Amino acid sequence: MNPLTRSGPLTQWATQHRPWIAAAIVLIVLPHVPGLDGNFGRSLLSQMGIAAVFALSYNLLLGQTGLLSFGHAVYFGLGGYAGIHLMRAINEGLPIPMPLVPLAGAAAGLAFGILFGAVTTRRAGVVFALISLGVGELVFAAMRILQGFSGGEEGITANRGAGPHLLGLTLGPQLQVYYVVAFWALVAAALMAAFLRTPVGRMCNAVRDNPERAAFIGYDPVRVRFVVFSVAAMFAGLAGGLHALNYEIVAAEAVGAGRSGTVLLMAYIGGVHSFFGAVLGAVTITWLQVSLSDYTTAWQLYLGLFFMAMVLFAPGGLSGLLLMHRPIVRTRAFVGVLKTYAIAAIPAIVAVVGAIMLLEINYRRATQPDAGARMRLFWVDMDTATLWPWLAALALLAAGAFFFYRYRPRVAQAWQRASDEARAASDTPRAGAP
Amino acid sequence: MNPSPAGRGARVREASDAPSPHPPRRRAAASPSGRGDLKRELAPAMFEIVTFSLLNGVVYGLLLFMVSSGLTLIFSLMGVLNFAHASMFMLGAYFSYQIGKWIGFWPALVIAPLLVAVIGAAVERYGLRYVHKQGHVAEILFTFGLAYLIVEIVVMVWGRHPVENRVPAVIDFPAFVLFGTSYPAYKVLMMAISVGMFAFLYLAFRRTRLGLIIRAALTHPEMVGALGHDVPRIFVLVFAIGSALAGLAGVIGGFALLTEPSMAAALGPIVFVVVVVGGLGSITGAFIASMLIGIVQTFAVALDYSLLDLLRVLHVTLGRDSPFYEAAAVKIAQAAPLIPYLLLVVMLIVRPRGLLGRREA
Repeated sequence: MNPLTRSGPLTQWATQHRPWIAAAIVLIVLPHVPGLDGNFGRSLLSQMGIAAVFALSYNLLLGQTGLLSFGHAVYFGLGGYAGIHLMRAINEGLPIPMPLVPLAGAAAGLAFGILFGAVTTRRAGVVFALISLGVGELVFAAMRILQGFSGGEEGITANRGAGPHLLGLTLGPQLQVYYVVAFWALVAAALMAAFLRTPVGRMCNAVRDNPERAAFIGYDPVRVRFVVFSVAAMFAGLAGGLHALNYEIVAAEAVGAGRSGTVLLMAYIGGVHSFFGAVLGAVTITWLQVSLSDYTTAWQLYLGLFFMAMVLFAPGGLSGLLLMHRPIVRTRAFVGVLKTYAIAAIPAIVAVVGAIMLLEINYRRATQPDAGARMRLFWVDMDTATLWPWLAALALLAAGAFFFYRYRPRVAQAWQRASDEARAASDTPRAGAP
Repeated sequence: MNPSPAGRGARVREASDAPSPHPPRRRAAASPSGRGDLKRELAPAMFEIVTFSLLNGVVYGLLLFMVSSGLTLIFSLMGVLNFAHASMFMLGAYFSYQIGKWIGFWPALVIAPLLVAVIGAAVERYGLRYVHKQGHVAEILFTFGLAYLIVEIVVMVWGRHPVENRVPAVIDFPAFVLFGTSYPAYKVLMMAISVGMFAFLYLAFRRTRLGLIIRAALTHPEMVGALGHDVPRIFVLVFAIGSALAGLAGVIGGFALLTEPSMAAALGPIVFVVVVVGGLGSITGAFIASMLIGIVQTFAVALDYSLLDLLRVLHVTLGRDSPFYEAAAVKIAQAAPLIPYLLLVVMLIVRPRGLLGRREA
C-alpha cells in the first residue's frame, strides 16, 4: 500500500489545512498568553475577532471584486440589530442558545445585502462607491428616525446571560465570550476562504480585473458582483451579531459612516491583495484605536495620517510590505537590509517624535483651551507658552527628516544587493539544466 | 467621517430665522375663529409658507449647486470623485470666519475662496497627480483620507465646537417684507452671489479662449495636448476653480448653516446625491437636481404630516401594536434628511444614468 493512503484521510486533511489548524491553536492559546489573560486583554481580543470578520467581509468586496464601498456598516449594523432583538426575545423566554445569535445577524445581513445589492451592484467603480455611500446615509438616517426599533443614539440593550446555557456557557466571563467570538471568526474566515475557491469566488477576481472578458466567457459581471455583495453582507451581519453579543448594546452609529470608514481603513491598511491582510489590518487598527486613545485625544488624526501614508507609499498595505520581503528573506544580503532598516529607523523615529510634539501641542491648544500652557509630553514637562517646545519639535522634525532622506539610498542599495542575490540563486539551477 | 443628518444645519437656522413656516401669532388668531374663518385665514398662511419655503429652497439649492458644480466639473475632467470637495466648502466657511474676524466680511468674500483654490490646486499638483497612476480606487481613497485629515486639522486649529460665525452686520438687515414677515438681506445676497458667479463662469466658459480649451480638454484631452496645450496644468486649474466654487459656497453658507467640523460630512453625501441624480458629469443636470433637492427638502421640513394622516384620510386605521405603526407615524418633517437618499435610490431604479447623464457611468 502506498504510504500516503496509509497515513489516513485525517492526516492528509491536517496537512492540507495546516494554516487553519495553526490559526485555531493560536486562537485557543491567545487569551492565556500573559498580558492578554486579563479581562481587558480578552475583551481586546474579542474586539479584534469581530473587526477581523468585518474586515474580511469587506475584503471580499474591495480586495477580491474591486468594489469600493462606503456603506458596508449598514449590513454590520442591521445584523447587530437583528442580533440584539433576538437576544431580547431570548431574555423574554425564547429557547435559543445565545452563542447562536450571530447567525441571526448573518441572516439579516444576507437579507439586506440581497435587498440593497440588487439595486447597487448594477454598476461598479466610482458609481458603486457613490451609491453605497447614499444607501449608508439612508439607513443611518432611517435608524435615527425609527427610535422604537433602533433606540437611536442611545441604542438597544439586552442581556447575554439570561437564556438557555448551551454546553454550560453562561457567557458571564469575558473568556467565554471570547471563545464564542473566536469560534465564529474562524468559521467565517474558513467559509470566506472556501467561497473564494468556488467558481463564483474565482470569477470575482476576473470581474475585478476585466469585466468585459468575464462577460465574454459567459459570466454576467453584474450577477457575480451581486452574489459577492450578498455574501459579504452576510458575513458583515455575522460580525454585527457578534458585536451585539459582545457589547450587549447596539446603537445607530453601528450603521453609520464612521464605522464604514473604519472598516475601509482596516482592509486597506492591512492590504487588500491578500486574504490575511484584512485580519492584519483589523488587529492593527483595533489595537491602535484602543491603545492610542488612552494616550492622546488626537488619535484619529494619527490614524488619518497613517492611512494617507499607506495610500501614497504602500498601496499594498501592511501585508504587501511584509510579502515584498518574501523573495529575499533567505538571501545572505537580507541581514544587510535589516541593518539598514535599523539605522534608517533612528532618524525616522526622531522625525516622528518631532511631528507628534507639534501636533500634540497644537491639538491641545485648540481642543482644551482651558487646560493651560503646561503639558507633559514624552516624559518631559514643557511650557507651550514659550517658544522652546515649538523650536525643539521643529528641530527634531527637520533633523530627522533630513538624515532619513540622506540615508534612504543606502536602504535601496542593500535591497538591490539582496534581490540580485535572490535572482542569482533562483537562476543557478536553471543555468545547470540542459 | 462624522455623519450628521443631512441638512440639519439648514434646518437649525431656518427654525430660528424670520421666515418661519408657522408664524405662531397667525395660528393663535386662527384657532378661536369658526370653521369658515379658519379656511379664509389658512389660505394666505399657506401661500406664505409656500413662498418662503420656495425662497429658502432656492437659496439652499443654489448653495448645493455651487458645491456640486465644482465636483461634477472635476469628475468629468479627471474621472476623480473628490471626497474632499465638501471639505473645501468647510474650509471656505472657516477661512471666511477667520478673515472676517481680522479684516472684515467683504475682503473675506474674495480672499477665502482664493485660499481654498490654492489648496485645491496644491492637492491636485502634489497629491492626486502621484496617486493617479495607481488607478481610480487609489484616487478616491486619497481624497477620502484627505477629507478625514482636513476635519482633524480644522479641529486642531478651531476646536471641536461650532465657531461663532454670525451673519456679518453689514448684510444683516431685512431686505423686504412679505406678508408681514421680513426676508433677511444676507439670503438675498447669497442668491445674488451664486447667480452672479454662474453667469460669470458661464460666460468665461463659453466666450473665452481658456474656456474653449477647458471644454475641449473635458472630452478630448489627448487632442488638446497634441495641439500644444499643457493638459496637466488645465487639470490643476479646473481643480482650483472647482475648489474655489466650493469655498465661495462655504463663505456664504457658513453663516447660514453652522460652521463646525462636521459640516463637511453633513453636506458631502447630499452633494454626491445631487451629482448622481443630475447625471454624472452634467452641469445642467446638477443644477436641476440641486434645485429639486433644495426645494423638496425645505418644503418637507414645513410639512407636519405622516403616512398615518394619509391613511386616516383614506379611512384606514393602523393599530398601535402594528409593526408598521412606527414607520407610518414618522412625520414628513422628521423624514426630511432621508429624502435626498430616497431620491437617489429611486433614481437608480428608474433611470440609472440620472436626469441628464449621457451614459451609464
